[in-house]
Amino acid sequence: MNLPIPFIVLLAVLSLAGTGFYCLLFTRNLIKVVVALQLIVKGVVLAFVLAGHLVHNESLAQTMAITVIVADTIVAVIGLALAVQIRLHTGSLDLKELSKLKR
Amino acid sequence: MWYVLIAVGILACAILAISAKRLLISAIWLAITSALVALMLYLLGAPHIAVIELSVGAGLVTVLFVFAINIAGEEVMGLRSALPLPLVWASILLSAGLIIFFIVRSLGFVQFTDETGGFLTSVLWQERYLDFLLQVVLILAGVLGVIGLLSHSKDEHIAEDKA
Repeated sequence: MNLPIPFIVLLAVLSLAGTGFYCLLFTRNLIKVVVALQLIVKGVVLAFVLAGHLVHNESLAQTMAITVIVADTIVAVIGLALAVQIRLHTGSLDLKELSKLKR
Repeated sequence: MWYVLIAVGILACAILAISAKRLLISAIWLAITSALVALMLYLLGAPHIAVIELSVGAGLVTVLFVFAINIAGEEVMGLRSALPLPLVWASILLSAGLIIFFIVRSLGFVQFTDETGGFLTSVLWQERYLDFLLQVVLILAGVLGVIGLLSHSKDEHIAEDKA
């Protein structure tokens, strides 16, 4: 079996994004939500570098990938800090507990 | 051959990361996924991104996860959706269908441009200095947000201790 390399990388991108999306939709744990976002963004970074490789414009794609990694780290930091605060306030990491904030 | 092994490893570690019952185990599988992604980036000819992904994705974010899980505590919670299940499955099928549609549509349309970008550093520091400045502001905003969130809880604890 001799698959072309871009195809294999594309499969890795799809598996990362797919597992992340599945977890994002199914989990109720706030920290697991951040894990799912991390998985999706890893797929996105890989897709950026693959796209740059395919169109021979590696520099632009790689600088975009750096931006995505930085933004994703900020999202993870804020998300985890929010999860800790919600845990301290509601005593649970369950997303359903958050619906009580409305009332 | 290496690519196939790494891709299978990425898929396996991602599935283990989302299916682990304990959050700490989940964070460790996420770190291993990140390391494998970094290896694949290196093989694709992007060593700078691989180093950043390895140090940030597998290092910093894992430390943050362990820190947050230590504070928040383990809470074993299975995969039970907060959304209605038909909606979940419909959106999963819709997104899979869209991805397949776009891949099929773009096959054979991959354009090879002659324009080659300069070196990574010159593009990063000269052509894209504006959004690089934006990233600096973003990091500052993140740090300020964390300080605000964490110091708020500290004040409450002090208030609780006094009461």
